[in-house]
Amino acid sequence: MKYIIAIIQPYRLADVQAELYKEEVNLMTVSEVVGHGRQKGVTEIYRSYRESGNLLRKIRIEIAVNDDFVDRAVKAIMRGARSGESGEIGDGKIFVLPLERVYRIRTGETGGIAIG
Amino acid sequence: MKRFATLLILFLVLFASGGMVFAQNATTTTAAPAASAPAAASTNAWTASAAVPAPAPAQPFDTGATAWMIVASAIVLMMTIPGLAFYYGGLVRRKNVLSTMMHSFGIAAIVSVQWVVIGYSLAFGHSDGPLSPFIGGFKWAFLNGIGPYDPSPYVDPVAATHLVPHYIYIMFQAMFAIITPALISGAFAERIKFGGFALFITLWATIVYDPVAHWVWSADGWLGKLGALDFAGGTVVHMNSGVAGLACALLLGRRRMPEGTSTPPHNVPFVILGAALLWVGWFGFNAGSGVGADGLAASAFLVTNTATAMAALTWMFMDVLFHGKPTTVGAATGAVAGLVAITPASGFVNVAGSLVIGIVVSVVCYLAVALLKPAAKYDDALDAFGVHAIGGAWGAIGTGLFATAMIQPGINGLIYGNPRQMLFQFADIGAVLVYSFVVTTILFKLVDWLVGIKVTPREENIGLDLTQHDEKAYTVID
Repeated sequence: MKYIIAIIQPYRLADVQAELYKEEVNLMTVSEVVGHGRQKGVTEIYRSYRESGNLLRKIRIEIAVNDDFVDRAVKAIMRGARSGESGEIGDGKIFVLPLERVYRIRTGETGGIAIG
Repeated sequence: MKRFATLLILFLVLFASGGMVFAQNATTTTAAPAASAPAAASTNAWTASAAVPAPAPAQPFDTGATAWMIVASAIVLMMTIPGLAFYYGGLVRRKNVLSTMMHSFGIAAIVSVQWVVIGYSLAFGHSDGPLSPFIGGFKWAFLNGIGPYDPSPYVDPVAATHLVPHYIYIMFQAMFAIITPALISGAFAERIKFGGFALFITLWATIVYDPVAHWVWSADGWLGKLGALDFAGGTVVHMNSGVAGLACALLLGRRRMPEGTSTPPHNVPFVILGAALLWVGWFGFNAGSGVGADGLAASAFLVTNTATAMAALTWMFMDVLFHGKPTTVGAATGAVAGLVAITPASGFVNVAGSLVIGIVVSVVCYLAVALLKPAAKYDDALDAFGVHAIGGAWGAIGTGLFATAMIQPGINGLIYGNPRQMLFQFADIGAVLVYSFVVTTILFKLVDWLVGIKVTPREENIGLDLTQHDEKAYTVID
């Protein structure tokens, strides 16, 4: 089992969801987050005070998957989140982490069966 | 406790001495009634209201003017709450939004009571003796002797026949007395204790605002008699509050953040909402200051809107020039600056004058906010000084430059051949500047000594909403 965390552009969320559904990955947790990469965010100006390094809005998707779904899910996110053919700076990252245990709270089931 | 006792004694002494002055006034007045009676129009109405509390005025009220003054008074209150509360509330960080809104709301409550107890009497009342040009005395404390059918002693300067009830004039001026200290709150936002704030505002309204309003607007005021022109409060309201704001910002010190940094507004739509409410309410402020519903009111409305629009456009242009893009906070700030600057001029200048006043105010205020503030390193959090003092001072100068007899017969400024007017305007600016700065400093130090005025570093870090009011504006979960 793996835990996939993807940080993507907010306006790419709908595409990523569509691609994931095609691969029958139907469970995810989505949150609004802020952050910045090497470009150090945006500059904002309020009454002539320039504030650099402001955090950009991003979407964080978390998905727990069984091992045979990992590649399909990662490729689906990649397809949905990449801007254009060659992609753009700020399209985001995908992290895949080992997942030790899963429990379904309602039934108490555990392991691969609890994940889906 | 000791300090509270000192405060109590201070107040008692103040009121006792006031009572004695009142008693002396009473005796001298009977000896020489209306001896020091002021200028033409106000005299008759004044003595009429003071002498016999008649059930109805000799002349019926002008219902049109009265209706307009009632509406104007109400929308001037709207400038402070919710207008200024949202304007300032949006500009602060979200941990301080309630405290900032509470400054406006609390002042509305404090000054409303102060006004009927003592404020109106000190500002617009009449006192005998050498202090008469400087302070109104206690004759109208608790609105003593003023009834619902008494006509206002202050009337439309052009059509001197307009009669509105004294009560509505008192309420109209009450709203001015409310917004003035509320404007100061932009300077001390995000770092003041609520208790110290409340005491400071009570004292400031009584000892700074009321005398200054008396100087310029009362029948006896020395600046008004001298010939200084301030139609709706460029110096009395805006310079006065802006200068007091600077004094407070300097005395309180910077908020806890690195030098050269500032904080972003937590809710820009609040800022726009507040600025828009100010813009609308300002028609009551300026077009109501003629105390009539007539051509003068219409003219004030026209120039107010024009100068405001021009100032908003100019600020947007400055933003583009300096930073490449027009900002919404900038457009709102420019509009407020325009409103400030046209305030003293609104009953004296025509459209041409208002356009120039609008352009220049945004340029000078922009430079004050963008260059002067960072260079001088004072932390005028929401630019009470940069917009209201600078804008108000320019408005007073602009009035002296562009006043034209086309609006009020016989009143011309420099470019219409009356250079002397500039002297009176500078006297007005100088007097308000010095008095406001010095007395604000004294009051601030007094309150700091009595009850303490700055929050602790820990309270400032946590935010004033939680530490001063046990509340938060926004829940995170449900």
